[in-house]
Amino acid sequence: MTALTLVDVAAARGGRILFDHVDLALAAGDAALVTGPNGTGKSTLMRILAGLLRPAAGQVTRDGAVALLTEAHALDPELPLGRALAFWIAAPLAALDALGLAGVASVPLRMLSTGQRRRAALARIWGSGTPIWLLDEPTNGLDAQGMALLDRLLAAHRAAGGIAVVASHAVVTLPGARAVVLGG
Amino acid sequence: MLPLVARDLRRAWAGGGLLWPIAFFLLVAILFPFAVGPDAALLGRIGGGVIWAAALLAALLPAERLVAPDLEGGVIDQFAVRDVPLALVAAAKLAAHWLGFAPALMLATVVAAALLDLSAATLMRVELGLLLGTPGLAALGLATGALVAGLRGAGAIAGLVMLPLAVPLLIFGTGEGAGALKLLGATSLLLVAGAPFVTAAAMRAGLD
Repeated sequence: MTALTLVDVAAARGGRILFDHVDLALAAGDAALVTGPNGTGKSTLMRILAGLLRPAAGQVTRDGAVALLTEAHALDPELPLGRALAFWIAAPLAALDALGLAGVASVPLRMLSTGQRRRAALARIWGSGTPIWLLDEPTNGLDAQGMALLDRLLAAHRAAGGIAVVASHAVVTLPGARAVVLGG
Repeated sequence: MLPLVARDLRRAWAGGGLLWPIAFFLLVAILFPFAVGPDAALLGRIGGGVIWAAALLAALLPAERLVAPDLEGGVIDQFAVRDVPLALVAAAKLAAHWLGFAPALMLATVVAAALLDLSAATLMRVELGLLLGTPGLAALGLATGALVAGLRGAGAIAGLVMLPLAVPLLIFGTGEGAGALKLLGATSLLLVAGAPFVTAAAMRAGLD
């Protein structure tokens, strides 16, 4: 059963405690919205959730594969978008279609706009088919349509039994999401 | 693992990236006759060593681009999230780096040998040495690239880290007889066996 649990997690960067006593328990279909001022450790929390960083204290348990969206899109900039995505996911064209990028599948990534690159990175998440989505500032560079699309994708993912954790300054529609407020 | 090797190989040659080290290698070989004079006997005697030194310097050039772009671009993050062993990623990078670099270097060596007036026997000896030694050079370059990734002035530091460690390869590569070749092979094997783990540890540290 898909699950993501944090028990009394603390994180330290450069010898400084960023946050501590963070608890979170998510089951299939659940979501969490991580908020907090700059520098309070939102991205650090996402990397801890993804297993890239070890927490200074506490325990993280993940039950299910993880898809992580960060500032870096991890797609080769010189390749056509479709081929760049094909390195990570099995059905790049379907994922591009879902993100409204079907028309630029053959355009090299470096020719695309910031918003289109962000959509391409989201296509990587969408096409990964993993149950746990960790999205760090997914709305950066997205237009109003893109934000609405993101809301729909998140709703569809949760309806299919997925878990989503979103760290964002912008308004992301996540009905019934747990609120994780850092630096409070 | 194969898609990984193919990706790194394609990236290495994209935009002529690996042409520069090869051109640099040839340039060093061309400059030597100018510096020591056109004495064919002298050039023939020192030519093997010149080629090895030039190969070492050429192997250093791509080092800082082997790992750093993938760490910055989030590619290593994505491998780690997918639980792909980073040592496997490093091994694939090593294979791709050697495939992209060594055959071209060995071809360029034929040209350099003509410029340095090497005999056919010396050329064969140098080529055999490069065949055995370039995997070690590639391994050193990769591990160095991973260790200096993200540092300011990474290129200069890479040189300071890598060149002293390459001294055994240089000594055995230019040594006489079958014993030297065996030791060259052994050194190369040791570096190839160790580099993926050093690289993986450096990449994991880079995830921080």
